[in-house]
Amino acid sequence: MSALPRDAARTEAPPQSWRLRRSGLLPGFSFTFGFTLFYLGLIVLFPLAVLLLKAAQLSPSQIWGIVSEPRALAAYRFSFGASLTAALLNALFGLLVAWVLARYRFPGKALCDALVDVPFALPTAVAGIALTSLLAPNGLIGRLFDAVGIQIAFARPGVVIALTFVGLPFVVRTVQPVLLELDPALEEAAAVLGASRLQTFLRVLLPAIFPSLLTGFALAFARALGEYGSIVFISGNLPGKTEIVPLLIVTKLEQYDYAGATAIAAVMLLLSFLLLLAINLLQTRTRAARAVRK
Amino acid sequence: MRTHSAIAEPGAIRWTLTAFAVAFLALFVALPVASVFLQAFEHGPGAYLAALTDPEALSAIRLTLVAAALSVPLNTVFGVTAAWLIAKYDFAGRGVLLTLIDLPFAVSPVIAGLIFVLLFGAHGLLGPLLSRHEVRVIFAVPGIVLATTFVTFPFVVREVLPILESQGSDQEEAAVTLGASGLTVFFRVTLPRIKWGLLYGVILCNARAMGEFGAVSVVSGHIRGETNTMPLHVEILYNEYNFVGAFAVASLLALLALATLLAKRLLGDGSHGGQGQPGASQEAR
Repeated sequence: MSALPRDAARTEAPPQSWRLRRSGLLPGFSFTFGFTLFYLGLIVLFPLAVLLLKAAQLSPSQIWGIVSEPRALAAYRFSFGASLTAALLNALFGLLVAWVLARYRFPGKALCDALVDVPFALPTAVAGIALTSLLAPNGLIGRLFDAVGIQIAFARPGVVIALTFVGLPFVVRTVQPVLLELDPALEEAAAVLGASRLQTFLRVLLPAIFPSLLTGFALAFARALGEYGSIVFISGNLPGKTEIVPLLIVTKLEQYDYAGATAIAAVMLLLSFLLLLAINLLQTRTRAARAVRK
Repeated sequence: MRTHSAIAEPGAIRWTLTAFAVAFLALFVALPVASVFLQAFEHGPGAYLAALTDPEALSAIRLTLVAAALSVPLNTVFGVTAAWLIAKYDFAGRGVLLTLIDLPFAVSPVIAGLIFVLLFGAHGLLGPLLSRHEVRVIFAVPGIVLATTFVTFPFVVREVLPILESQGSDQEEAAVTLGASGLTVFFRVTLPRIKWGLLYGVILCNARAMGEFGAVSVVSGHIRGETNTMPLHVEILYNEYNFVGAFAVASLLALLALATLLAKRLLGDGSHGGQGQPGASQEAR
Protein backbone atom coordinates (compact mmCIF):
# COMPACT_ATOMS: atom_id res chain seq x y z
CA MET A 1 0.00 0.00 0.00
CA SER A 2 2.70 2.36 0.92
CA ALA A 3 3.82 3.10 -2.57
CA LEU A 4 0.51 4.43 -3.80
CA PRO A 5 0.25 7.75 -2.00
CA ARG A 6 3.92 8.53 -2.47
CA ASP A 7 3.38 7.93 -6.12
CA ALA A 8 1.46 11.17 -6.17
CA ALA A 9 4.64 12.89 -5.09
CA ARG A 10 6.67 11.24 -7.79
CA THR A 11 8.57 13.61 -9.95
CA GLU A 12 8.21 13.05 -13.64
CA ALA A 13 11.20 11.60 -15.45
CA PRO A 14 13.43 14.27 -16.94
CA PRO A 15 12.64 14.92 -20.59
CA GLN A 16 15.91 13.57 -21.95
CA SER A 17 15.15 10.09 -20.65
CA TRP A 18 12.02 10.03 -22.78
CA ARG A 19 14.09 10.78 -25.82
CA LEU A 20 16.60 8.06 -24.98
CA ARG A 21 13.94 5.50 -24.30
CA ARG A 22 12.44 6.14 -27.65
CA SER A 23 15.79 5.56 -29.34
CA GLY A 24 15.54 1.94 -28.16
CA LEU A 25 19.25 1.44 -27.66
CA LEU A 26 18.96 -0.78 -24.58
CA PRO A 27 18.63 -4.53 -25.19
CA GLY A 28 16.27 -6.83 -23.31
CA PHE A 29 12.86 -5.39 -24.17
CA SER A 30 11.27 -8.62 -25.34
CA PHE A 31 12.63 -10.63 -22.40
CA THR A 32 11.52 -8.19 -19.70
CA PHE A 33 8.18 -7.60 -21.44
CA GLY A 34 7.50 -11.33 -21.76
CA PHE A 35 8.52 -12.14 -18.20
CA THR A 36 6.53 -9.26 -16.71
CA LEU A 37 3.35 -10.22 -18.56
CA PHE A 38 3.79 -13.92 -17.78
CA TYR A 39 4.26 -13.37 -14.03
CA LEU A 40 1.52 -10.71 -13.84
CA GLY A 41 -0.86 -13.06 -15.65
CA LEU A 42 0.02 -16.06 -13.51
CA ILE A 43 -0.17 -14.44 -10.07
CA VAL A 44 -2.73 -11.65 -10.54
CA LEU A 45 -4.75 -11.61 -13.75
CA PHE A 46 -5.59 -15.30 -14.16
CA PRO A 47 -6.78 -15.81 -10.55
CA LEU A 48 -8.84 -12.60 -10.69
CA ALA A 49 -10.32 -13.66 -14.02
CA VAL A 50 -11.40 -16.95 -12.44
CA LEU A 51 -13.44 -15.01 -9.88
CA LEU A 52 -15.21 -13.06 -12.61
CA LEU A 53 -15.66 -16.26 -14.62
CA LYS A 54 -17.26 -18.03 -11.65
CA ALA A 55 -19.50 -15.02 -11.07
CA ALA A 56 -20.49 -15.05 -14.75
CA GLN A 57 -21.70 -18.64 -14.40
CA LEU A 58 -24.41 -17.41 -12.06
CA SER A 59 -27.52 -15.97 -13.63
CA PRO A 60 -28.17 -12.24 -13.14
CA SER A 61 -31.23 -13.00 -11.02
CA GLN A 62 -29.15 -15.35 -8.85
CA ILE A 63 -26.51 -12.66 -8.34
CA TRP A 64 -29.16 -10.07 -7.58
CA GLY A 65 -30.78 -12.44 -5.09
CA ILE A 66 -27.49 -12.94 -3.23
CA VAL A 67 -26.39 -9.33 -3.33
CA SER A 68 -29.78 -7.92 -2.32
CA GLU A 69 -30.55 -10.19 0.61
CA PRO A 70 -30.94 -8.14 3.81
CA ARG A 71 -27.74 -9.40 5.44
CA ALA A 72 -25.63 -8.55 2.38
CA LEU A 73 -27.26 -5.13 1.98
CA ALA A 74 -26.64 -4.38 5.66
CA ALA A 75 -22.98 -5.41 5.26
CA TYR A 76 -22.52 -3.19 2.19
CA ARG A 77 -24.19 -0.30 3.98
CA PHE A 78 -22.09 -0.78 7.11
CA SER A 79 -18.82 -1.17 5.17
CA PHE A 80 -19.51 1.92 3.06
CA GLY A 81 -20.69 4.07 5.94
CA ALA A 82 -17.83 3.18 8.28
CA SER A 83 -15.22 3.51 5.50
CA LEU A 84 -16.60 6.86 4.43
CA THR A 85 -16.60 8.18 8.01
CA ALA A 86 -13.05 6.92 8.53
CA ALA A 87 -11.86 8.46 5.25
CA LEU A 88 -13.42 11.81 6.21
CA LEU A 89 -11.72 11.66 9.60
CA ASN A 90 -8.49 10.83 7.82
CA ALA A 91 -8.90 13.81 5.50
CA LEU A 92 -9.37 16.09 8.50
CA PHE A 93 -6.64 14.71 10.79
CA GLY A 94 -4.37 13.87 7.87
CA LEU A 95 -4.47 17.46 6.65
CA LEU A 96 -3.74 18.69 10.18
CA VAL A 97 -0.79 16.30 10.62
CA ALA A 98 0.56 17.02 7.13
CA TRP A 99 0.29 20.77 7.73
CA VAL A 100 2.07 20.64 11.09
CA LEU A 101 4.81 18.33 9.76
CA ALA A 102 5.35 20.42 6.63
CA ARG A 103 5.28 23.87 8.23
CA TYR A 104 6.30 23.88 11.87
CA ARG A 105 9.40 22.96 13.82
CA PHE A 106 8.87 21.33 17.19
CA PRO A 107 10.68 18.84 19.42
CA GLY A 108 9.90 15.24 18.46
CA LYS A 109 8.96 16.13 14.90
CA ALA A 110 11.08 13.36 13.35
CA LEU A 111 9.41 10.82 15.64
CA CYS A 112 5.95 12.10 14.68
CA ASP A 113 6.86 11.85 11.01
CA ALA A 114 7.93 8.24 11.57
CA LEU A 115 4.73 7.44 13.51
CA VAL A 116 2.67 8.32 10.43
CA ASP A 117 4.07 5.25 8.63
CA VAL A 118 3.36 2.81 11.45
CA PRO A 119 -0.07 1.71 10.10
CA PHE A 120 1.61 0.76 6.80
CA ALA A 121 4.12 -1.49 8.47
CA LEU A 122 2.18 -2.90 11.42
CA PRO A 123 0.33 -6.12 10.54
CA THR A 124 -3.42 -5.53 10.68
CA ALA A 125 -4.02 -8.37 13.12
CA VAL A 126 -1.60 -6.74 15.56
CA ALA A 127 -3.34 -3.37 15.18
CA GLY A 128 -6.66 -5.17 15.62
CA ILE A 129 -5.89 -6.84 18.95
CA ALA A 130 -4.08 -3.73 20.29
CA LEU A 131 -6.98 -1.39 19.49
CA THR A 132 -9.57 -3.89 20.69
CA SER A 133 -7.88 -4.41 24.05
CA LEU A 134 -7.56 -0.62 24.52
CA LEU A 135 -11.13 0.14 23.50
CA ALA A 136 -12.98 -2.83 24.99
CA PRO A 137 -15.32 -1.96 27.91
CA ASN A 138 -12.61 -3.08 30.36
CA GLY A 139 -9.72 -1.59 28.38
CA LEU A 140 -7.57 1.43 29.21
CA ILE A 141 -9.64 3.85 27.10
CA GLY A 142 -12.82 1.87 26.61
CA ARG A 143 -13.43 1.88 30.36
CA LEU A 144 -13.66 5.70 30.38
CA PHE A 145 -16.38 5.60 27.75
CA ASP A 146 -18.05 2.57 29.27
CA ALA A 147 -18.52 4.60 32.47
CA VAL A 148 -20.71 7.06 30.56
CA GLY A 149 -22.49 4.30 28.69
CA ILE A 150 -20.74 4.54 25.31
CA GLN A 151 -19.54 1.35 23.73
CA ILE A 152 -16.57 1.68 21.37
CA ALA A 153 -15.15 -1.75 20.68
CA PHE A 154 -17.70 -4.31 19.36
CA ALA A 155 -19.74 -1.41 17.96
CA ARG A 156 -19.60 1.09 15.11
CA PRO A 157 -17.19 3.62 16.73
CA GLY A 158 -14.54 0.92 17.19
CA VAL A 159 -14.74 -0.05 13.53
CA VAL A 160 -14.41 3.59 12.45
CA ILE A 161 -11.39 4.08 14.74
CA ALA A 162 -9.65 0.96 13.40
CA LEU A 163 -10.31 2.06 9.79
CA THR A 164 -9.00 5.54 10.61
CA PHE A 165 -5.82 3.96 12.00
CA VAL A 166 -5.34 1.88 8.87
CA GLY A 167 -5.93 4.80 6.47
CA LEU A 168 -3.98 7.49 8.31
CA PRO A 169 -0.78 7.45 6.21
CA PHE A 170 -2.56 7.94 2.89
CA VAL A 171 -3.77 11.51 3.35
CA VAL A 172 -0.62 12.64 5.17
CA ARG A 173 1.72 11.20 2.56
CA THR A 174 -0.19 12.64 -0.41
CA VAL A 175 -0.75 16.13 1.05
CA GLN A 176 2.63 16.63 2.79
CA PRO A 177 4.83 16.78 -0.36
CA VAL A 178 2.39 19.17 -2.06
CA LEU A 179 2.49 21.50 0.95
CA LEU A 180 6.30 21.40 0.92
CA GLU A 181 6.42 22.32 -2.75
CA LEU A 182 3.99 25.27 -2.65
CA ASP A 183 5.53 28.54 -3.75
CA PRO A 184 5.58 30.94 -0.75
CA ALA A 185 5.18 33.84 -3.22
CA LEU A 186 1.48 32.92 -3.56
CA GLU A 187 0.88 33.32 0.14
CA GLU A 188 3.00 36.45 0.30
CA ALA A 189 0.99 38.00 -2.51
CA ALA A 190 -2.24 37.20 -0.70
CA ALA A 191 -0.89 38.72 2.51
CA VAL A 192 0.34 41.85 0.71
CA LEU A 193 -3.08 42.25 -0.88
CA GLY A 194 -4.60 42.30 2.59
CA ALA A 195 -5.93 38.77 3.02
CA SER A 196 -6.06 37.42 6.54
CA ARG A 197 -4.25 34.16 7.29
CA LEU A 198 -7.54 32.25 7.33
CA GLN A 199 -8.61 33.79 4.01
CA THR A 200 -5.25 32.88 2.51
CA PHE A 201 -5.67 29.32 3.72
CA LEU A 202 -9.20 28.94 2.43
CA ARG A 203 -8.83 30.76 -0.90
CA VAL A 204 -5.18 30.20 -1.85
CA LEU A 205 -3.77 27.16 -0.06
CA LEU A 206 -6.80 24.87 0.13
CA PRO A 207 -7.53 24.99 -3.62
CA ALA A 208 -3.87 24.17 -4.30
CA ILE A 209 -3.79 21.12 -2.03
CA PHE A 210 -7.36 19.98 -2.66
CA PRO A 211 -6.58 17.49 -5.48
CA SER A 212 -3.98 15.74 -3.30
CA LEU A 213 -6.38 15.78 -0.36
CA LEU A 214 -9.04 14.16 -2.53
CA THR A 215 -6.54 11.54 -3.75
CA GLY A 216 -5.55 10.73 -0.17
CA PHE A 217 -9.22 10.53 0.81
CA ALA A 218 -9.96 8.11 -2.05
CA LEU A 219 -6.95 5.94 -1.17
CA ALA A 220 -7.94 5.79 2.48
CA PHE A 221 -11.53 4.95 1.49
CA ALA A 222 -10.43 2.17 -0.87
CA ARG A 223 -8.13 0.72 1.78
CA ALA A 224 -10.88 0.88 4.42
CA LEU A 225 -13.40 -0.92 2.20
CA GLY A 226 -11.16 -3.96 1.84
CA GLU A 227 -9.80 -4.01 5.38
CA TYR A 228 -10.32 -7.25 7.25
CA GLY A 229 -7.54 -8.05 9.72
CA SER A 230 -8.15 -5.35 12.29
CA ILE A 231 -11.94 -5.21 11.94
CA VAL A 232 -12.53 -8.86 12.59
CA PHE A 233 -11.32 -8.31 16.17
CA ILE A 234 -12.91 -4.97 16.97
CA SER A 235 -16.29 -5.12 15.25
CA GLY A 236 -17.96 -7.85 17.27
CA ASN A 237 -19.16 -9.19 13.90
CA LEU A 238 -22.90 -9.00 14.55
CA PRO A 239 -24.68 -10.03 11.32
CA GLY A 240 -26.79 -7.16 10.01
CA LYS A 241 -25.21 -4.69 12.44
CA THR A 242 -21.42 -4.59 12.58
CA GLU A 243 -20.63 -7.12 9.88
CA ILE A 244 -18.35 -5.82 7.08
CA VAL A 245 -18.44 -7.15 3.51
CA PRO A 246 -15.06 -8.99 3.65
CA LEU A 247 -16.23 -10.83 6.76
CA LEU A 248 -19.49 -11.81 5.05
CA ILE A 249 -17.43 -13.28 2.20
CA VAL A 250 -15.38 -15.33 4.68
CA THR A 251 -18.55 -16.48 6.48
CA LYS A 252 -20.15 -17.64 3.21
CA LEU A 253 -16.94 -19.44 2.29
CA GLU A 254 -16.84 -21.23 5.64
CA GLN A 255 -20.42 -22.38 5.03
CA TYR A 256 -19.29 -23.74 1.62
CA ASP A 257 -21.61 -21.20 -0.04
CA TYR A 258 -19.22 -20.60 -2.94
CA ALA A 259 -21.85 -18.92 -5.13
CA GLY A 260 -22.68 -16.45 -2.37
CA ALA A 261 -19.03 -15.64 -1.64
CA THR A 262 -18.26 -15.27 -5.34
CA ALA A 263 -21.19 -12.96 -6.12
CA ILE A 264 -20.52 -10.64 -3.18
CA ALA A 265 -16.78 -10.61 -3.89
CA ALA A 266 -17.33 -9.89 -7.59
CA VAL A 267 -19.48 -6.85 -6.81
CA MET A 268 -16.85 -5.61 -4.41
CA LEU A 269 -14.04 -6.28 -6.89
CA LEU A 270 -15.81 -4.16 -9.52
CA LEU A 271 -16.23 -1.34 -7.01
CA SER A 272 -12.52 -1.56 -6.20
CA PHE A 273 -11.64 -1.39 -9.93
CA LEU A 274 -13.73 1.76 -10.31
CA LEU A 275 -12.07 3.33 -7.27
CA LEU A 276 -8.61 2.42 -8.57
CA LEU A 277 -9.41 4.00 -11.94
CA ALA A 278 -10.72 7.15 -10.26
CA ILE A 279 -7.59 7.35 -8.09
CA ASN A 280 -5.27 6.92 -11.08
CA LEU A 281 -7.15 9.64 -12.92
CA LEU A 282 -6.90 11.94 -9.91
CA GLN A 283 -3.17 11.29 -9.56
CA THR A 284 -2.53 11.96 -13.25
CA ARG A 285 -4.38 15.25 -12.92
CA THR A 286 -2.58 16.19 -9.71
CA ARG A 287 0.76 15.45 -11.33
CA ALA A 288 -0.13 17.47 -14.42
CA ALA A 289 -1.26 20.41 -12.28
CA ARG A 290 1.97 20.30 -10.31
CA ALA A 291 4.07 20.08 -13.46
CA VAL A 292 2.41 23.28 -14.68
CA ARG A 293 3.07 25.03 -11.38
CA LYS A 294 6.74 24.17 -11.56
CA MET B 1 9.93 30.98 4.20
CA ARG B 2 8.80 30.11 7.69
CA THR B 3 10.54 33.24 9.00
CA HIS B 4 8.32 35.62 7.03
CA SER B 5 5.82 36.79 9.57
CA ALA B 6 3.34 37.84 6.86
CA ILE B 7 2.73 34.23 5.88
CA ALA B 8 2.97 32.57 9.28
CA GLU B 9 0.24 31.89 11.80
CA PRO B 10 0.29 33.52 15.24
CA GLY B 11 2.20 31.51 17.84
CA ALA B 12 -0.93 30.46 19.71
CA ILE B 13 -2.54 28.94 16.63
CA ARG B 14 0.72 27.27 15.66
CA TRP B 15 1.06 25.61 19.05
CA THR B 16 -2.60 24.60 19.21
CA LEU B 17 -2.42 22.90 15.81
CA THR B 18 0.85 21.18 16.72
CA ALA B 19 -0.58 20.00 20.04
CA PHE B 20 -3.65 18.53 18.31
CA ALA B 21 -1.55 16.74 15.70
CA VAL B 22 0.88 15.32 18.28
CA ALA B 23 -1.98 14.26 20.55
CA PHE B 24 -3.74 12.54 17.64
CA LEU B 25 -0.59 10.60 16.67
CA ALA B 26 0.15 9.70 20.29
CA LEU B 27 -3.39 8.44 20.92
CA PHE B 28 -4.05 6.74 17.58
CA VAL B 29 -0.61 5.32 16.77
CA ALA B 30 1.91 5.40 19.61
CA LEU B 31 -0.44 4.13 22.32
CA PRO B 32 -1.62 1.00 20.44
CA VAL B 33 1.97 0.08 19.54
CA ALA B 34 3.14 0.61 23.12
CA SER B 35 0.21 -1.42 24.45
CA VAL B 36 1.34 -4.45 22.40
CA PHE B 37 4.62 -4.57 24.31
CA LEU B 38 3.07 -3.70 27.66
CA GLN B 39 0.55 -6.53 27.42
CA ALA B 40 3.14 -8.98 26.11
CA PHE B 41 5.22 -8.42 29.26
CA GLU B 42 2.25 -8.19 31.61
CA HIS B 43 3.24 -11.37 33.44
CA GLY B 44 6.98 -10.77 33.21
CA PRO B 45 9.71 -11.87 30.81
CA GLY B 46 9.35 -15.52 31.85
CA ALA B 47 5.78 -15.78 30.58
CA TYR B 48 6.78 -13.83 27.47
CA LEU B 49 9.57 -16.25 26.60
CA ALA B 50 7.39 -19.24 27.42
CA ALA B 51 4.72 -17.97 25.01
CA LEU B 52 7.29 -17.55 22.24
CA THR B 53 8.94 -20.95 22.73
CA ASP B 54 5.63 -22.79 22.73
CA PRO B 55 5.82 -25.48 19.99
CA GLU B 56 2.77 -24.08 18.15
CA ALA B 57 4.22 -20.56 18.27
CA LEU B 58 7.54 -21.85 16.94
CA SER B 59 5.79 -23.71 14.14
CA ALA B 60 3.85 -20.54 13.24
CA ILE B 61 7.10 -18.54 13.17
CA ARG B 62 8.71 -21.19 10.98
CA LEU B 63 5.82 -21.18 8.49
CA THR B 64 5.83 -17.38 8.31
CA LEU B 65 9.56 -17.43 7.55
CA VAL B 66 9.07 -20.09 4.85
CA ALA B 67 6.22 -18.18 3.17
CA ALA B 68 8.23 -14.95 3.14
CA ALA B 69 11.38 -16.75 1.96
CA LEU B 70 9.48 -17.99 -1.10
CA SER B 71 7.25 -15.05 -2.00
CA VAL B 72 9.69 -12.17 -1.42
CA PRO B 73 12.42 -13.40 -3.84
CA LEU B 74 9.76 -14.12 -6.49
CA ASN B 75 8.35 -10.60 -6.18
CA THR B 76 11.84 -9.10 -6.09
CA VAL B 77 12.86 -10.67 -9.41
CA PHE B 78 9.54 -9.63 -10.92
CA GLY B 79 9.67 -6.16 -9.38
CA VAL B 80 13.08 -5.31 -10.77
CA THR B 81 12.22 -6.72 -14.19
CA ALA B 82 8.91 -4.86 -14.42
CA ALA B 83 10.43 -1.60 -13.14
CA TRP B 84 13.24 -1.84 -15.72
CA LEU B 85 10.70 -2.55 -18.46
CA ILE B 86 8.47 0.40 -17.57
CA ALA B 87 11.31 2.85 -16.92
CA LYS B 88 13.63 2.01 -19.78
CA TYR B 89 11.39 1.37 -22.77
CA ASP B 90 8.69 3.38 -24.42
CA PHE B 91 5.79 1.19 -25.48
CA ALA B 92 2.05 1.37 -25.86
CA GLY B 93 0.15 0.34 -22.74
CA ARG B 94 2.73 1.36 -20.14
CA GLY B 95 -0.01 3.10 -18.11
CA VAL B 96 -2.35 0.11 -18.34
CA LEU B 97 0.45 -2.22 -17.27
CA LEU B 98 1.19 -0.05 -14.23
CA THR B 99 -2.49 -0.01 -13.25
CA LEU B 100 -2.65 -3.80 -13.55
CA ILE B 101 0.46 -4.12 -11.36
CA ASP B 102 -1.29 -1.92 -8.75
CA LEU B 103 -4.38 -4.16 -8.74
CA PRO B 104 -3.43 -6.19 -5.65
CA PHE B 105 -3.34 -2.90 -3.69
CA ALA B 106 -6.98 -2.29 -4.56
CA VAL B 107 -8.26 -5.80 -3.94
CA SER B 108 -9.45 -6.73 -0.46
CA PRO B 109 -7.14 -9.33 1.14
CA VAL B 110 -10.16 -11.57 1.60
CA ILE B 111 -10.81 -11.55 -2.15
CA ALA B 112 -7.11 -12.26 -2.70
CA GLY B 113 -7.58 -15.44 -0.67
CA LEU B 114 -10.91 -16.29 -2.27
CA ILE B 115 -9.55 -16.29 -5.83
CA PHE B 116 -7.05 -19.02 -4.93
CA VAL B 117 -9.78 -21.05 -3.24
CA LEU B 118 -11.89 -20.76 -6.41
CA LEU B 119 -8.87 -21.82 -8.45
CA PHE B 120 -7.33 -24.61 -6.37
CA GLY B 121 -9.98 -25.53 -3.77
CA ALA B 122 -11.88 -28.84 -3.77
CA HIS B 123 -14.70 -27.21 -5.79
CA GLY B 124 -12.30 -24.99 -7.70
CA LEU B 125 -11.40 -24.85 -11.36
CA LEU B 126 -8.27 -26.97 -10.96
CA GLY B 127 -9.51 -28.79 -7.82
CA PRO B 128 -10.36 -32.15 -9.46
CA LEU B 129 -7.04 -32.19 -11.31
CA LEU B 130 -5.10 -31.50 -8.11
CA SER B 131 -6.93 -34.11 -6.07
CA ARG B 132 -6.27 -36.73 -8.76
CA HIS B 133 -2.55 -36.12 -8.29
CA GLU B 134 -2.95 -35.72 -4.51
CA VAL B 135 -1.52 -32.23 -4.54
CA ARG B 136 -2.81 -29.89 -1.86
CA VAL B 137 -2.68 -26.15 -2.45
CA ILE B 138 -5.54 -24.81 -0.35
CA PHE B 139 -5.28 -25.49 3.40
CA ALA B 140 -1.59 -26.12 2.77
CA VAL B 141 1.67 -24.23 2.39
CA PRO B 142 1.50 -23.61 -1.41
CA GLY B 143 -1.78 -21.70 -1.00
CA ILE B 144 -0.30 -19.56 1.75
CA VAL B 145 2.71 -18.75 -0.43
CA LEU B 146 0.49 -17.90 -3.42
CA ALA B 147 -1.82 -15.64 -1.40
CA THR B 148 1.17 -13.89 0.18
CA THR B 149 2.79 -13.40 -3.23
CA PHE B 150 -0.40 -11.87 -4.61
CA VAL B 151 -0.80 -9.42 -1.74
CA THR B 152 2.84 -8.25 -1.79
CA PHE B 153 3.05 -8.22 -5.59
CA PRO B 154 3.45 -4.44 -6.28
CA PHE B 155 5.84 -3.42 -3.48
CA VAL B 156 9.24 -3.85 -5.13
CA VAL B 157 8.08 -2.38 -8.46
CA ARG B 158 6.70 0.68 -6.72
CA GLU B 159 9.93 1.31 -4.80
CA VAL B 160 12.36 0.70 -7.68
CA LEU B 161 10.43 2.35 -10.52
CA PRO B 162 10.65 5.98 -9.30
CA ILE B 163 14.41 5.64 -8.77
CA LEU B 164 14.95 4.22 -12.26
CA GLU B 165 12.78 6.94 -13.76
CA SER B 166 14.57 9.76 -11.96
CA GLN B 167 17.98 8.46 -13.02
CA GLY B 168 17.32 8.26 -16.73
CA SER B 169 19.21 5.91 -19.03
CA ASP B 170 22.37 7.85 -19.92
CA GLN B 171 24.80 5.55 -18.10
CA GLU B 172 23.15 2.38 -19.38
CA GLU B 173 23.23 3.71 -22.93
CA ALA B 174 26.91 4.60 -22.59
CA ALA B 175 27.66 1.08 -21.38
CA VAL B 176 25.77 -0.47 -24.31
CA THR B 177 27.60 1.80 -26.75
CA LEU B 178 30.87 0.55 -25.28
CA GLY B 179 29.79 -3.02 -26.00
CA ALA B 180 28.35 -4.29 -22.71
CA SER B 181 25.59 -6.91 -22.84
CA GLY B 182 22.18 -6.31 -21.30
CA LEU B 183 22.90 -8.40 -18.20
CA THR B 184 26.29 -6.74 -17.70
CA VAL B 185 24.65 -3.33 -17.93
CA PHE B 186 22.08 -4.31 -15.35
CA PHE B 187 24.47 -5.85 -12.83
CA ARG B 188 27.40 -3.43 -13.26
CA VAL B 189 25.64 -0.13 -14.01
CA THR B 190 21.99 -0.17 -12.89
CA LEU B 191 22.03 -2.40 -9.81
CA PRO B 192 24.72 -0.43 -7.92
CA ARG B 193 22.67 2.73 -8.40
CA ILE B 194 19.34 1.29 -7.23
CA LYS B 195 20.59 -1.10 -4.53
CA TRP B 196 19.44 0.90 -1.48
CA GLY B 197 15.99 1.62 -2.86
CA LEU B 198 15.73 -2.02 -3.92
CA LEU B 199 16.78 -3.16 -0.45
CA TYR B 200 14.07 -0.99 1.11
CA GLY B 201 11.50 -2.37 -1.34
CA VAL B 202 12.51 -5.91 -0.37
CA ILE B 203 12.30 -5.09 3.36
CA LEU B 204 8.85 -3.53 2.91
CA CYS B 205 7.67 -6.47 0.82
CA ASN B 206 8.97 -8.84 3.51
CA ALA B 207 7.21 -6.96 6.31
CA ARG B 208 3.90 -7.18 4.47
CA ALA B 209 4.49 -10.82 3.58
CA MET B 210 5.10 -11.79 7.20
CA GLY B 211 2.20 -9.72 8.51
CA GLU B 212 -0.47 -10.66 5.96
CA PHE B 213 -3.65 -11.81 7.65
CA GLY B 214 -6.81 -11.70 5.52
CA ALA B 215 -5.66 -13.50 2.39
CA VAL B 216 -3.69 -16.14 4.31
CA SER B 217 -6.59 -16.63 6.72
CA VAL B 218 -8.90 -17.61 3.84
CA VAL B 219 -6.54 -20.18 2.28
CA SER B 220 -4.87 -21.61 5.38
CA GLY B 221 -7.62 -23.62 7.05
CA HIS B 222 -6.08 -22.73 10.44
CA ILE B 223 -4.57 -26.15 11.10
CA ARG B 224 -2.54 -25.73 14.26
CA GLY B 225 1.14 -26.56 14.00
CA GLU B 226 0.71 -27.01 10.23
CA THR B 227 -0.86 -24.10 8.35
CA ASN B 228 -0.82 -21.40 11.02
CA THR B 229 1.29 -18.34 10.32
CA MET B 230 2.21 -15.82 13.02
CA PRO B 231 -0.73 -13.43 12.44
CA LEU B 232 -3.16 -16.38 12.39
CA HIS B 233 -1.63 -17.73 15.58
CA VAL B 234 -2.15 -14.29 17.17
CA GLU B 235 -5.83 -14.54 16.29
CA ILE B 236 -6.24 -18.03 17.74
CA LEU B 237 -4.51 -17.14 21.01
CA TYR B 238 -6.49 -13.91 21.32
CA ASN B 239 -9.81 -15.67 20.77
CA GLU B 240 -8.83 -18.18 23.48
CA TYR B 241 -8.26 -15.27 25.87
CA ASN B 242 -4.55 -16.14 26.03
CA PHE B 243 -3.67 -12.45 25.87
CA VAL B 244 -0.04 -12.73 26.97
CA GLY B 245 0.57 -15.35 24.29
CA ALA B 246 -1.25 -13.35 21.61
CA PHE B 247 0.59 -10.13 22.41
CA ALA B 248 3.94 -11.93 22.74
CA VAL B 249 3.68 -13.23 19.15
CA ALA B 250 2.23 -9.87 18.09
CA SER B 251 5.22 -8.09 19.65
CA LEU B 252 7.55 -9.93 17.26
CA LEU B 253 5.47 -8.65 14.33
CA ALA B 254 5.45 -5.15 15.84
CA LEU B 255 9.26 -5.28 16.17
CA LEU B 256 9.44 -6.26 12.50
CA ALA B 257 7.29 -3.24 11.64
CA LEU B 258 9.48 -0.89 13.69
CA ALA B 259 12.61 -2.34 12.08
CA THR B 260 11.04 -1.75 8.66
CA LEU B 261 10.39 1.90 9.51
CA LEU B 262 13.96 2.25 10.78
CA ALA B 263 15.19 0.81 7.48
CA LYS B 264 13.14 3.42 5.66
CA ARG B 265 14.92 6.18 7.62
CA LEU B 266 18.35 4.67 7.06
CA LEU B 267 17.99 3.68 3.43
CA GLY B 268 16.07 6.75 2.35
CA ASP B 269 12.82 6.66 0.54
CA GLY B 270 13.38 5.66 -3.05
CA SER B 271 10.36 7.46 -4.46
CA HIS B 272 11.68 10.79 -3.27
CA GLY B 273 14.41 10.50 -5.86
CA GLY B 274 17.09 8.72 -3.84
CA GLN B 275 20.34 8.73 -5.74
CA GLY B 276 21.17 5.19 -4.78
CA GLN B 277 22.76 5.97 -1.45
CA PRO B 278 21.37 5.93 2.08
CA GLY B 279 19.76 9.13 3.22
CA ALA B 280 19.96 10.74 -0.20
CA SER B 281 16.27 11.47 -0.07
CA GLN B 282 16.30 13.23 3.26
CA GLU B 283 16.85 16.62 1.69
CA ALA B 284 13.80 16.07 -0.50
CA ARG B 285 11.47 15.74 2.46
